[in-house]
Order: sequence, then structure tokens, then C-alpha cells
Amino acid sequence: MTRQRTTELGLMVLAVVTTVATYTLAGLGEQASIPANVAPFLLQVVCLMMAAHLAVRRWAPSADGSLLPLAVLLNGIGYSFIVRLDDQLAENQALWTLLGIGAFAITLAVVRDVSLLGRYRWTFALVGLLLLLAPLLPVIGTEIKGARLWVRVGPFTMQPGEFAKLALAIFVTAYLVEKRELLALGTRRWGPVVVPDPKHLGPLLIAWGASVFVMVAERDLGSSLLVFASFVVVLWVATGRAWYPAVGGGLFLGGAIASWLMFAHVQTRVRIWLDPWQDPTGEGFQLLQAIFAMAAGGLTGAGPGLGNPERIPEAQTDFIFAVIAEELGFAGGLAILICFLLFIGAGLRIATRARDDFGTLLATALTVTIGLQAFIILGGILRVLPLTGITLPFVSYGGSSLLANYVLLALLLRISDESATGRARAINLHNAQVDP
Amino acid sequence: MNLRIRRVTAVLLGLYGLLFIQLNVVQLVKADTYNAHPANTREIVRQFGEPRGTIRTADGVVVAQTVDVDNNFERLREYPHADLYAHVTGYISLNQGAAGLERQLADVLTGDDAEIELQGLSDLFVESDRTGNVTLTIDHDVQRVARAALGEREGAVVAIDVHTGAILAMYSWPTFDPGLISSHNLAQAAADKATLDADPENPLRSRAFQERYPPGSTFKVVTAAAALESGAATPTSPVFDFVAEFTPPQTDRPIGNFGGSTCGGDLTEMLRVSCNTGFAELAIDMGASPLIETAERFGFNNDIAFDLDGAVESTIPNAGFYDDNQPLLAQSAIGQFEVAASPLQMVLVAAAIANDGVQMRPYVVASVDDSDGKRISTTEPEVGATPIEFSTARELTTMMEVVATTGTARNLGFDGVPVAGKTGTAERGPGEPTDAWLIGFAPANAPRVAVAVLLQADVSTGDLTGGQDAAPIAREVLKIALEQLG
Repeated sequence: MTRQRTTELGLMVLAVVTTVATYTLAGLGEQASIPANVAPFLLQVVCLMMAAHLAVRRWAPSADGSLLPLAVLLNGIGYSFIVRLDDQLAENQALWTLLGIGAFAITLAVVRDVSLLGRYRWTFALVGLLLLLAPLLPVIGTEIKGARLWVRVGPFTMQPGEFAKLALAIFVTAYLVEKRELLALGTRRWGPVVVPDPKHLGPLLIAWGASVFVMVAERDLGSSLLVFASFVVVLWVATGRAWYPAVGGGLFLGGAIASWLMFAHVQTRVRIWLDPWQDPTGEGFQLLQAIFAMAAGGLTGAGPGLGNPERIPEAQTDFIFAVIAEELGFAGGLAILICFLLFIGAGLRIATRARDDFGTLLATALTVTIGLQAFIILGGILRVLPLTGITLPFVSYGGSSLLANYVLLALLLRISDESATGRARAINLHNAQVDP
Repeated sequence: MNLRIRRVTAVLLGLYGLLFIQLNVVQLVKADTYNAHPANTREIVRQFGEPRGTIRTADGVVVAQTVDVDNNFERLREYPHADLYAHVTGYISLNQGAAGLERQLADVLTGDDAEIELQGLSDLFVESDRTGNVTLTIDHDVQRVARAALGEREGAVVAIDVHTGAILAMYSWPTFDPGLISSHNLAQAAADKATLDADPENPLRSRAFQERYPPGSTFKVVTAAAALESGAATPTSPVFDFVAEFTPPQTDRPIGNFGGSTCGGDLTEMLRVSCNTGFAELAIDMGASPLIETAERFGFNNDIAFDLDGAVESTIPNAGFYDDNQPLLAQSAIGQFEVAASPLQMVLVAAAIANDGVQMRPYVVASVDDSDGKRISTTEPEVGATPIEFSTARELTTMMEVVATTGTARNLGFDGVPVAGKTGTAERGPGEPTDAWLIGFAPANAPRVAVAVLLQADVSTGDLTGGQDAAPIAREVLKIALEQLG
């Protein structure tokens, strides 16, 4: 117990030092003076970090010690660059970070046993679908830049899809735990392929179809890809049936081609991906500006606060990585990649060590969600994939995303803590039996 | 399930491997390609938005400066005197490149020059925000008078300090406003630049040093210098017959005098009235070699060592060419056939005579200071050549003074200041109206300033003559330049 927490504390200190240094250098680079509020900023960061750390000590003392520092580091670097881009947005982001860490602590305090979440799987399914549908509702639903992803309540706009991802992950996990034996066993033979009885598969397909439909209706291609890919991965991990990813891939390709044929904006995205140089001042502008920014950064970057991120439209959300890669260079960009890889590694290690199948599958679903989400947006910026608007977890500006990801992190830590205490209990039990 | 989770890990690792490869490609492998891509305006915008020093005249008048503006570019390059210094400062543009001193001295103006950037150990570690300020040799008052005197007539005026080679005024019309090209309205700037490029009168090029024209009778000064130096003549001998026509060997087409007049006499008299027949005969008697050698010593057939890029070389055929072309030698001796000179070259001829035969190298950049006021460099006057002997220079001065007192350049004198000069009336082609030239300097007894004026004729102006049309311009410029030098 104490070893994980000591490691965590040490890593948190490093994350804080990196964050405050980036923040100070960015201010120095941009304004040629050390930001006046560096001391209060340091105090705030330390308080938030200590709050999160103490929450883990209090409610998940045996949990993995590397995830929280990684999230805090990504959040801190992201925040430093948001400050550098726009003071006003930074104030919002600071508030959201506070709320995010609050939600993190509350989740740890309230969810004492993740498998209990499985009992409410149908509630989560319903809530998930409602959250997904909310932006399509009149009055509260809000369209921003062609995508209908937001809900406006009073002065707040929320992106309920971010929370829907969590709810759906819990539902899918619980459902798979219950049905995975049935889903893995072929009961029907279609030619050479053995497939499970459709009645077990039906709800899954409906959930998937509905979410994909909603995503397409809301024009959120990135989230659509993310939810579907995570779903297929978890299905495969649960059942071990290779035809799930095969058929899933086929379904996805079919869906992709269909949406390419149906939607002009999808065609545009693909065209920009294949040849952004075709229309460098029009369609390709944003992506090319990001590429030029990263190229300008080179190996070591322009230095925090010394680049020209204002040339990239939407730099604070979808393109925050391009800003970081410009000002911190290849070294900084690589550091972000490594942070996500470490996060994936730690998350999937939690999955393999989880106490039960529910923990394993939920940890897999949550980790794959973060890993793929980062891959989809980074791949979009780096032209590995067509660009789809989606936030970079913990780094991008955006309250819903930050809040949801901190809750996700808390669930991962809960699973980790359960497995460690479970093992400890088993060992104690074993020792008790062996010892005279 | 754990095996499958490990496979998921491996797949995700593979996907991030793709990101890693592509990050390498974008930021390292292809970075140079992307940085140089035509659609990438980052570097240009950065340079354009960089602090940039000012360009001032010798008397401190700002002719190019950068001001802060409230748009994406942050800074705008301004030219407060619009077209007055266009051919000297040139322009710096976001999408149309740069020209003139703005291009040549870009590193100095932006402070990227090593001498400005690195003045101490600490500058190695801290990005220097010093810029460089350029001071010209040009005097604002002289330049303004040159413009006013030339007016909107095609031509050029150059005035030079004969002892140093410092250019005091250099103006050419038609000209352009560099502010149009440096404008942040990029589409408008591109359109304006295209219009200037397409203009048949070529306002982007300075007639003062980037173009050359037949110098006409102003070249007789060079012929006279050759005759004096070679011993073919003295100011008073030989004495040529008074004739209206002279027919060189190898032809039966005679050379006539201006307006069909009759002239002759000694060298002084022939220069005074600009006697074509006499100079033609003198050149035939003297032979081509002394003439070509003297012209080349004055700078013909050589690059002009000028600190503004693009100064055109003035030309004359080589001596061998004339062996079988005696009639053309006669023509060249009076500044016609195949002789072509820039006004800058001709002012250097006058300045060398005025400076006792020593030709100073011309320059427009007097000094460079950094933005902290520290002097970075000063242009030291430099001897460019010694085309003629001291005695020849004195004899030519005396003869040119006669030209400006009782001869064709009578209109050059002012306020009792003794002046020396030579007019020219040149044909650019058969049947075309004649251009007017004048070269001269003042005071003739202790020369300070030399001037060259070219006034181009076209159908609307009809024939122009040096004495009537060019001399008054030269007079105004000499007068103000002497006042300014004090």
C-alpha cells in the first residue's frame, strides 16, 4: 500500500514541477516576463494534486500509483498551453479541473465496488442513450460548427456524449460478463461459420447501432469510431471469437463507405486526409497549419510561448497537440505519446490483474477508450487517419471531456485497488491457513 | 482473457508506433520541405512581423519604418515619403518578395546581422531584440528639389559629393509607392505589383542607375579627356576648320552640327558650342584606342562598384571594332552609336574631373547603428579609380566652366557661383525625338557637388535639348546641394 502511494507522490511532484515550469516558461516566452501569479498558481496546482492524492490514499490506498500522475501531467501541460492560447478559456479550464478532481474523489468515495455498477447496467444503457440523444433534443440541443454535440443549460454547455461513453462502457461490460459464455459458444452454423444465437447478440447490436446512428446524426465521426472500436475490442477480449473483430471491421468499413457516399462532410474529411495540399487556403488550411506548426517546431521546438499557435484554428481543443509539438518540438510530442502509452500499459495491467471478469473487462474498455481516443485525434493531426473532431484526453480544452475522463480514471483506480486488496486478502488467508 | 488483453496492448503499441513514425516524418524528416512549402507563410509572416529598423536620410528624415498595428501581422512597414525614395529603399512585401536596401540589408535591419546580434557573451543565450537602423547619404532637401525640378517627366537626377562619392540625391521618374507593395491587403498588393510589372515605362526600375542611354554630347568630355591625355590636343591646339559637315573616311555620309550650324576652332571652343564635326575629326585623327581606354578608365565596360545592387554597366565597343568602322568611331566620339551610359556613370565622369581626376566610389549607405544607438558600421570614402591626370582634370574644368558661362550650358549658372558643365542632346534611334542630358559640378573653382540629369523625350515632349531642358534641373539641384553641404 504505502509503496504505491509513495511512488505516486513522487511522480505527482514531478508532474507539478513540469506543469509549473511549462506554465512559467510559456508566460516568459509570450510576455517576456514571469507570470505575476506564478506563486498562487503553484499553490493551486499543489492543492489540487494533494487533494487527488489524498483521495486515493483515503479511498483506494492500494491502487496503481502511476495513472494519477500521468493524468495530472497531461492535464497540467494541456492547461499551461491553454493559458498561453487564451486567458479566458484557461479560467474555465481551471474550474473544470477543480470539478474534475472533485468528481474523481467523489467517484472513489462512492463507488466502493465496481461490480455493483453492473447491477445497474440497464439504467446505464438508458442513461447512455439519453445522454447521446440529448443534443438532438429541441431547445437544449446546440449545434456548434456543424456538429450537434452540445447541450445548453443556462450558462453552461455540456457535451453529454463524453459521459455517454462511460455509461455505455459500463453497460457493455456488465452485459458481456453475463453473456460471454453464450456469446463465445457457437449455437448456430451459417455455412462454415458458427455464430451465437442472435437473441444474445441482439441487444448489443441495437446498442451499437443506436449509438452509431446518433453519432452520425450528430456528425461526431470521431466518437462514433471510438465507441465502435472500443466495443469490438471488448467483445473480442470477452469472447475470444476472432470473427467479432472481423465482422466488426466489415461492419465498420460498410458504415464508413456508406457515410462517405452519403455525407459531403465525410468526403471532405477524406479528401483533406489524402491530399491536404490541394486546397491549402481552404479545406486543407487547418490541417496544413497544424503540420506547418509541427514542422516549424522541429526537434526541440520553438519554446513555450514562442511559437505561432494562433495560426491554427481551434488550437485549444482538437489541435492542442500541434501547439505542444510546435513549442516543445518532437521531444515534447514524443513525451505526450509516451504518457498515453504508459497510461495504456498501466490500465491494461490493471485489467489483467482485476479481481473478476467485470473488473477486467471494464478496465479494458476504459483504457482502450482513452488509448483509442488519443490515437484517433493524434492520428488525425498527423495524417495517419482522416481528421475527426475529438478531444485529446486530459490535454484538450473542454469541461465535459475532462470531467468524464477523471471519473474514468477513478474507476480504473478502484478496479486496481480492489484487485490489490483482493490479492492481499487472499495471501493473508493463505498465510493464515499455512501458519500454525 | 489476459492473453487477449496482451494482444490488445500490442495492437495499441503498434498504432502508437505509427504515430511515432509520422511524428518523425512531420517534425524531422520532412520539416525542411514543409518549412519551405509555398503554402507555408509562417516564416514570411514571422519576418514580416519582426521588428525592423528604420531607414533615414543623412539629415534624419525617416523614409522607411515599421509601426505596430493591431492585426495578425503585428507590424507594418511604412514609407512616409511614398515614391520619393522608392528606388533606394525598395520594398519588403509579404507575398511579393523584397527589393532594394530592404532586401540587401534585411539582416541588418532585422538585427539578424552578427555584429548587431552578438555584442557580448550574454547575447549568446538571450534572443536579441536589437534591430539595425540605416542612415543614407541622401539629403532629404536635395532629394525633394530633385523631384520638384524633374517633375513628372521621364528621366533621372543624380547628385554626388565629389570628394567622398556619397550620393546626395538620386531620383528617377516614373517611380512607385513601396507602401502599396508592403500593404497587408495582400490581394491589393499583388494586383498593384502586377500593374507595376506590366507597365511599359517600367517604374520599378531606376533610370538613374539601372538603365543606360546614349549619353550624346556629354560624352565629348570623355573624348576631350582622351585627346588631352594622349597628346592629340591641348585646350588651344590644334585648331579645326569651321565647317557645317564632316565626312569621315570609309563613307560618304557626312556628320552635321546641331541645327546645321558651322563650328570649329580649338578644343575649348569646340566643347563650348558642342561641335560635332570637330570632335568627329579629332577622334579620327586620334584613333579609337585612346578614346576607349579613357572611357574604360572612367568606368565604361566595367561594373560600377555601387552599394545598391543592380547598377547597370555602361558600354562602348572595344577599339578593334572601329578599325573598319571609322564613321562609327566618329559617331561614338560624340556619344552616339553604341555608346550607352547610366546617369550614375555620367555623374561619376563629372565627379572625377571635379575631384582632380580621382573618382570616388559612389555609395548611398552612410552608416548603420543598432537600436541601442551603437554605431555598427560607417562607410569610409574609397577611391574607385584615377581615370585622368590632375592637369587634365584642371584643363577640362576650365573648359567646362567656359561651356557653363558662354556655351551651351549657360543656363546652369546661379548666384555668381562658378559652375562647370556639359550638355548633351542624344538620339536613341533614327527619327526619334532627342533626349536631353547635362553633367556638371560646382563651384568650378573648388568643386563640391557633381550632378547628372537625363530627361527623356517622347512624342508628347518633342525634341529636348540639354541646354534648354536639362540645365535648369541641374542648376536647382546644384544650388540646394551646395546650400546643404554648407
